[in-house]
Amino acid sequence: MEALRELFRDYRFAVGFVFLVALAVLAFLSFFSPYDPIKRLQVPRDLPPSWEHILGTNSKGQDVFWEATFAIRNSLIVALIAGLVSRVVAVLVGFLSGYKGGFIDRILMGFADGFLVIPLFLILVLVAMLLREAMTIVNTGLLLAFFGWAWDARTIRSQILSLREREFTQTSILSGNGTMNLVVKEYLPFTTPLIFSTLISNIAWAIGMEIVLAILGLVRLEIPTLGTTIQWAITYQAMLLGYWWWISTPVILTILLLVALYWLSVSISEYLDPRMRIQRIGARSS
Amino acid sequence: MRFVRDYLIPRVLQYLLVIFCGITAVFFIPRLAGQNPILEVIAQIQSQGASLDPTAVKSLMETLQELYGLKGSLFEQYLTTWRRILTLDFGPSFFQFPTPVSQLLRIYLPWTIGLFVTSTFLSWFLGNVVGVVAGYFSEKSWSKILDAIVMVIRPVPHYILGVVLLILFAYVWQFFPAGGLMLGRRTVFNLQFILTILRYSFLPALTLTILGGVAWFQQMKLLVQSVKREDFVQYACVGGIKEKTIVTRYVLRNAMLPQVTQLALALGQVFSGVLIVEMVFSYPGMGLLLYRAVTRGDYNLVMGITVLSIITIATAVLILDLLYPLLDPRIRHR
Repeated sequence: MEALRELFRDYRFAVGFVFLVALAVLAFLSFFSPYDPIKRLQVPRDLPPSWEHILGTNSKGQDVFWEATFAIRNSLIVALIAGLVSRVVAVLVGFLSGYKGGFIDRILMGFADGFLVIPLFLILVLVAMLLREAMTIVNTGLLLAFFGWAWDARTIRSQILSLREREFTQTSILSGNGTMNLVVKEYLPFTTPLIFSTLISNIAWAIGMEIVLAILGLVRLEIPTLGTTIQWAITYQAMLLGYWWWISTPVILTILLLVALYWLSVSISEYLDPRMRIQRIGARSS
Repeated sequence: MRFVRDYLIPRVLQYLLVIFCGITAVFFIPRLAGQNPILEVIAQIQSQGASLDPTAVKSLMETLQELYGLKGSLFEQYLTTWRRILTLDFGPSFFQFPTPVSQLLRIYLPWTIGLFVTSTFLSWFLGNVVGVVAGYFSEKSWSKILDAIVMVIRPVPHYILGVVLLILFAYVWQFFPAGGLMLGRRTVFNLQFILTILRYSFLPALTLTILGGVAWFQQMKLLVQSVKREDFVQYACVGGIKEKTIVTRYVLRNAMLPQVTQLALALGQVFSGVLIVEMVFSYPGMGLLLYRAVTRGDYNLVMGITVLSIITIATAVLILDLLYPLLDPRIRHR
């Protein structure tokens, strides 16, 4: 609680938190939508914003506002699946690599580095192209998870490396604690904040990647997400025809969502790094 | 000679290893995905209305198997893949049948390389220079305002910033064309041609430079803030050396080295960004080619683009690694 209060003192955390809650409320509103998210021609087409349709309607005959609520919900689900599943892989690889060291470390990190140097995006596209029909929300999330763990596994590994050198590790081993016990009870609490902050940035990455996959037509386009909403607007030439309410809604929502996530993650990682915290407090008092 | 043995040879070996692993991954991952590209192509032909009788399907399948290198055991397929890559033969493209993939790549690759090199260099240079100044004077109010602006731009992905700039500068205020630069077979280099290229490349380059520059700015600022507190800088201050000299000769040179290493690590992602931005602006590079290939299910072309990108990035990393000793005297004199 004390930690939360201190975090809220940072305006970035406060703003990010408020934005994120507002967007989560929007996503939740989708459960009360009067329209079906997939069906077309439910309302008159191409209407500019009015009282009846607060963000207008699109060329597919759908209400832009209610489509957007579904889009946020689905994009958040994709990103959460991608983030959480890849966290499991990143934590396992990072812990194993950092704690065991030696041969296992070299193999795993060599693998992770390989993932980093090659243009992942292209391989992601290649796989998505073959799976096209199966790219539902869950599968898109899983595919992104498969490609999104390498960098964070490296970060977690380096923290474990430094923890292993500390005295309490020796104390714990000498008092007869098993490896599992040591890792779960001693290391996990230390690394939880780090894992959390990598989770946030991974979620942001997944949201951006989903948009690109949707633009390429590599996800199921009938399911509304932030990406597919943009893709439909572009396909129907919304920019050229001047239907600004259609194209700008998903674009602005994406920017708000990503800025909120980024500010939260920056604020949390600064809070975790005491050197930065001192600098910040020092900067404020001066 | 020790330099060659300790620095040069390991780098070149690493280069070959990265290409080897990358291409092996490209070979195995689609096969692990367990989908058959051939059935997909046939389904596509059938969905376009052509009715095929069973014998036609069978002969089509055999031709496609040969084309995709799906004949024989897994090991044989692997060897075939390598032979074709080494001879730069990726078979014909499907959406521009019978143009060979390698010919398409030869037309589009220079455009991507041009955009990639220009924007990477510009963003790295501008981001770092502004970052040094802002980091050194981090208490000034303009530095803090710059910081706040950067905090908003940083998390925006390439595609979204591209769309925003496209809407603003090509539709709302029509300063720049909304893409659609056509490639002629033969281009004449005169002033008008160069101006056309600049007009069409401005927005893509701007998007890439902003997003890249912002990332370098942030890292550089943090680096400079920590270098600034090092003893040798404090000593230079006390010794009465001019502030300008301290920033350029003492702080900049020390903070620059990690940034070069970072650049080598980030090149893969920078390149992905270039491809994505090309799609937004219909800039005639590999990104646009990729977009067309994917939307038309042209598997050969996507393979070709992926393989060529892996080689391009690995080469760029190698060049950076080879230039590094010029910047870091410690490696040169080892």
